[in-house]
Amino acid sequence: MSSPTSTPVGSKRSRDDIPVTRKFYRNRLSESYLQSYVDMSSPLMYGTPSSRVEGTPRSGVRGTPVRQRPDLGSARKAPQVDLHTELPSADGAVASEQAAGQKLVIWGTDVNVGTCKEKFQRFLQRFIDPTSNEDENAGLDLNEPLYMQKLEEISVIGEPVLNVNCSHVQSFDADLYRQLISYPQEVIPTFDMAVNELFFERFPDSILEHQIQVRPYNALKTRNMRSLNPEDIDQMITISGMVIRTSQLIPEMQEAFFQCQVCAFSTRVEVDRGRIAEPAVCRNCNTTHSLALIHNRSAFSDKQMIKVQESPDDMPAGQTPHTTIVYAHNDLVDKVQPGDRINITGIYRAVPMRENPRQSTVKSVYKTHIDVIHFRKTDEKRLHGLDEDSDQKLFTEERVQTLKELAAKPDVYERLSSALAPSIYEQEDIKKGILLQLFGGTRKDFSQTGRGNFRAEVNILLCGDPGTSKSQLLQYVFNLVPRGQYTSGKGSSAVGLTAYVMKDPETKQLVLQTGALVLSDNGICCIDEFDKMSDSTRSVLHEVMEQQTLSIAKAGIICQLNARTSVLAAANPVESQWNPKKTTIENIQLPHTLLSRFDLIFLMLDPQDEAYDRRLAHHLVALYYQSEEQIEEEFLDMAVLKDYIAYARTYINPRLNEEASQALIEAYVDMRKIGSGRGMVSAYPRQLESLIRLAEAHAKVRFSDKVETVDVEEAKRLHREALKQSATDPRTGFVDISILTTGMSATARKRKEEVAQALKKMIQSRGKTPAMKYQQLFDDLRGQSEAAITKDMFEEALRALADEDYLTVTGKTVRLL
Amino acid sequence: MRMWFVCRFCCPAAQSNSNPEWEAKVLEYFKGQLREKESHSWVPSLNDVPLHYLKPNSLVKFRCLVQDMFDPEFYMGVYETVDPSTKANVLRCGKYKDVTECGVDLNSRNTVTAERQTFYCVPIPGESPWAKEISFLSARVVPSTSYVPSRQKRSYEEDDDDMDTQPQKQREPHTVMMGGGGEHPHGNGDSKRQETEAPSSQTTAPSDCSSHLDLNFPLPGERGPACLVKVYEGLDSFKLNDTLEIYGILSVNPVLTVIVYPHRDPSLLLLNPTESMETPEEQRAHDPPASLVPRLHMLYARPLQHNNPLLPSAPTEDQSAFVSSFLVEMASVRAELLAYLTHVLLGDGLAAEYLLLHLISNVYTRRDVLPLGKFTLNLSGCPLNSYTERLYQIVQQLVPCSYRLSMSLHTMNSMRLVPKKDYVANRLVSGALQLARNTSLFLDETQLEQGQLDSSGVRNITALGNLISWQKVDYDFSYHQMEFPCNINVLVTSEGRSLLPSDCQVPLQPQVTPPNMEEYLTTIHMAQFTSQINKFRVYLSLARTLDYSISDEVTKAVEDDFVDMRKDDPQSVTAEDLHRMLVVARLLSLSLGQTTLSRDGWMRAKHIDMLRRSRTEQQKSLNGNEP
Repeated sequence: MSSPTSTPVGSKRSRDDIPVTRKFYRNRLSESYLQSYVDMSSPLMYGTPSSRVEGTPRSGVRGTPVRQRPDLGSARKAPQVDLHTELPSADGAVASEQAAGQKLVIWGTDVNVGTCKEKFQRFLQRFIDPTSNEDENAGLDLNEPLYMQKLEEISVIGEPVLNVNCSHVQSFDADLYRQLISYPQEVIPTFDMAVNELFFERFPDSILEHQIQVRPYNALKTRNMRSLNPEDIDQMITISGMVIRTSQLIPEMQEAFFQCQVCAFSTRVEVDRGRIAEPAVCRNCNTTHSLALIHNRSAFSDKQMIKVQESPDDMPAGQTPHTTIVYAHNDLVDKVQPGDRINITGIYRAVPMRENPRQSTVKSVYKTHIDVIHFRKTDEKRLHGLDEDSDQKLFTEERVQTLKELAAKPDVYERLSSALAPSIYEQEDIKKGILLQLFGGTRKDFSQTGRGNFRAEVNILLCGDPGTSKSQLLQYVFNLVPRGQYTSGKGSSAVGLTAYVMKDPETKQLVLQTGALVLSDNGICCIDEFDKMSDSTRSVLHEVMEQQTLSIAKAGIICQLNARTSVLAAANPVESQWNPKKTTIENIQLPHTLLSRFDLIFLMLDPQDEAYDRRLAHHLVALYYQSEEQIEEEFLDMAVLKDYIAYARTYINPRLNEEASQALIEAYVDMRKIGSGRGMVSAYPRQLESLIRLAEAHAKVRFSDKVETVDVEEAKRLHREALKQSATDPRTGFVDISILTTGMSATARKRKEEVAQALKKMIQSRGKTPAMKYQQLFDDLRGQSEAAITKDMFEEALRALADEDYLTVTGKTVRLL
Repeated sequence: MRMWFVCRFCCPAAQSNSNPEWEAKVLEYFKGQLREKESHSWVPSLNDVPLHYLKPNSLVKFRCLVQDMFDPEFYMGVYETVDPSTKANVLRCGKYKDVTECGVDLNSRNTVTAERQTFYCVPIPGESPWAKEISFLSARVVPSTSYVPSRQKRSYEEDDDDMDTQPQKQREPHTVMMGGGGEHPHGNGDSKRQETEAPSSQTTAPSDCSSHLDLNFPLPGERGPACLVKVYEGLDSFKLNDTLEIYGILSVNPVLTVIVYPHRDPSLLLLNPTESMETPEEQRAHDPPASLVPRLHMLYARPLQHNNPLLPSAPTEDQSAFVSSFLVEMASVRAELLAYLTHVLLGDGLAAEYLLLHLISNVYTRRDVLPLGKFTLNLSGCPLNSYTERLYQIVQQLVPCSYRLSMSLHTMNSMRLVPKKDYVANRLVSGALQLARNTSLFLDETQLEQGQLDSSGVRNITALGNLISWQKVDYDFSYHQMEFPCNINVLVTSEGRSLLPSDCQVPLQPQVTPPNMEEYLTTIHMAQFTSQINKFRVYLSLARTLDYSISDEVTKAVEDDFVDMRKDDPQSVTAEDLHRMLVVARLLSLSLGQTTLSRDGWMRAKHIDMLRRSRTEQQKSLNGNEP
């Protein structure tokens, strides 16, 4: 608060704080005000000449121009504190009257410039954050004072901006932090001074464009746009939101240049609260109303209006999102584009509606906006893929406590899985599978050894009869996860899933619009009617589902986007009913290359069993008549489940322990063994990876940092269950993984071989017949064989023999070679 | 009572200092007064009384739908000003007011900033003419007392109207408009409201600011006052699309009208940061002239369970008495209504039964994503020509809120169904699916012809599909979508099976083929007495509000039944069928005024569902090409 008159809503502060003297001020207007206002005899009038001696500006400071900070005072200049010369006489007189050793504070606050500066310098010199994992700090030595390294960076790069994380300030000096939050307009310039002194002391030869500006961010005061209230006015806040509109650049006059039309005397007038007081009289020649504004000698600064809308995640259901107006100044102009998700740190302002001089009544409403100090894009990281805290939710102590209590319960896994989509009956294993998918595995980075990232996401395919509430499950999951996307295979194209290039109608720029898969990065992409998807669309999923990236090369834009998304897909059988006599592949007609990328494939079939029917009926009837409260009691709240998952996903990163790895190895070997007895391959390394992911996810459910044998057991069980459903060879009744990996069961392959051999034998037995009729051969083979042979099988056998270069088929004749 | 209408709000701020609870007491007082019997009917309603007959700063009520919620605003709760007569500094209260009096000392230390929010409210979309008419007549008593014949209170183009319009409006109170549902009941109310009529074309943001103001009604062709409601308490308790009866203080101060100069001096812009923030479109949307969009400072709002004026609206002992007295009659009214609907549906009793069940259906709860109680009916095999239109008119006569969406190719491609956020004007541009709860949406698929749906057409069809399956509408916020749950009864009429999903399809089997359909239906319609129709109306609204439960015993029976049915042929009955039969059983019981499911009720539900299914099977075999 530079001047008492300028605070529209200063009532709070002025009531609470006893007005004391100030050390500097910004305009003449307030000086006269102050003198009449402050009781000179008050014992609270402190001033200490000694405090002014410290902090002698070095030559470097003087040499570098100061840049105005319109972000701190909407139209006021930042205080140029030259502590030696500019002290006004009034204050000086006050100060000299006071006993030495008293504290001198800025009017309206409890900030003492000297102390504040000293504290901040100490903070810069000493603050070390060994656990820092912010991407901005990449490449810095974490055991050295963080901000000194940043200053060094400034001297090298020459960008005179120092970003300061408020949580660092808070952990270092809580009082300083409080002052920063409450009086940003006074404290930040003090920080500026401090940092410049320090900087030019260290790097006296540096040449910067202007003096360093401190940009604090991550103020913990406010997180949510909805929680802004009148108390926050003139305080520093951080809110998150999405940019919806940006205005054009507005040149804002900072200083007006007037010239007398009579004597050419010139004078400068600073903007005061958005207005310029035109001098009525020329001071030189005393002519009235002779001064004219000279536009191109006035000083302007850049300004941009940005509208920010509440991010959809922190909105109560059933209400519309709020918007806030944000002003960006100078180099922050054009830093953000519509659609960006950002965290804004700035000062919240309220300005009364302009008074109309002709009316005595005014609207009693204030206009509010935020003067931005710092922008931080939250979705930028999607392209770097560095850290995950972008949408980190803050949990209250109690919430964490309840979650931990829940995790400590022995049956937490069952509880959570039954809380999932309670309206859908049973299907316990499917729900468990989806639950593990929601938690996901641990992300591993093997890029050092050349394999890149290991997929941590679990993919699940549900197939089954129509009307078995697959879509409902998908809808539920989509509603549960913060970054869920729901598409239908029928309606989506490859472009809609991946990304497309669009010409922005306003700027004529090419813009990359991301599709469902990229949007659900770190979330779940639910794809309904997976089987109805066109082949070209499905092909993009190959890359996404294993490499977790998406490569785009179109319209001159070549890039690779992260799409670390779990896929939850639902497919219907080709014939409207599931044919139990056919394999999964035959039933849903999906390429096996894609199927093998699903960790779990579940069948949702009508079990057609009386006990099941009864339970189902009971469940449904209960659904229809139970009251809301009963349901609440029975099941976990969806909100709790949401938080539980979010917490586990952010904070729990389980690793395999010794026994668990042993168990996994055994499990894998066992799986291989099953098949080898019959000469089949029954497991591939992909299945081992799936097991590991599932085990990790299960450990996450327990909030455990270690993957233990129980987790492996459950992963094994679930995997086996899913396989039993989807990979059972209908001809033999055995589980056969090759159905999923090669699209054909081992027995079927063997059969094919046999038919081909029988055919060959038959031809050989005929002796020298270089050409045969196709149809005749087929009939003969059928007559000879005991098992029924279809035309398809016959053709396949012919093809196999042709591959051996034994014969060729031309039209309706078969020739031997 | 009279004093309410002249009740002026000057709460001296001195009072606010001595007694900080006065705000709570004010609310308490008004709530207490309004709770008294009959008292709310004394408050003039913005829905019925033309704006210029209402006295500014008086208490009015408004029956409306929350169409949009604007950003919260900070206002001067208490401010200091100089009393012009005594020249002394006085504190004034800014609550429930739009403007301050005299010059405000902006630097006063006594200023208290407070927060309020503005809702943009429109009359309930699709409100049937009869509902308007009846509430209009019942509220007729007082407004003349507040009528002040002074010109300045009038909005423009109003000079030809005069006091004599009032007696005319009191036409025979017991006639209900028959037939022509499009007609507006109070003929001369029309001319008064012309200026507030929504433009039927869906153009947004007219380029010229003097042109017609877009009042943003969800449905085309709607009329009535829109209102900016300032909300002070309980902001979180209100949701978008809530239907409310708001009691508040009317404010039409002309100062509120901001004149937008299209070509402002650019240098002014430079130095006026507060004014350059808003685009002209935004100003038009947020500060429309008070004569067209009055401000209402909310004292108290009552959420409306229904907007049927024939039913007591407050859930008081009053209502329960009404309900119990009506319950006795329920079965007989049902029989009459069923007979009536059978006639209307050309003698098809089964279809009439289903239509009746559909009309009382209601989403009574949601289990995670699944809405329970919805019952979308697809009436296939409808005769072409104007039958569906007539059918709609009859439905409209029975329900308090309805809308007919003719699904022609052109409307599907051009109409905006889903509300969309307009970031330039910073408001939610409404769409036809922004409807109040329990609105009957009549989708006329017989109007659909062959042709190409463009992308917006596909989006519209998807939106309708989502509405039917999940009872939700995804509003378009251009950068993301936001899901709003809704509770809309959808009735689809089509020739073959509808392309939209539905809970239940009934092929219409006409028993009679009248040579002149129009005449036939009009005759049936005319044959009903107003009192009879009113009974039907009460019946339909009431049956929906009844509670319902299933005893353990019947639960068991239903389970057994289900198991038995599955035993014979597992393919014939699926979980989905059980879902539907449970809904049918529920609606059937409620339609008879029974609040628990009886064995008989269950058997009946099973029976009619069987009849319906055999009919659809039959239809399928008739034209085999149908899926």
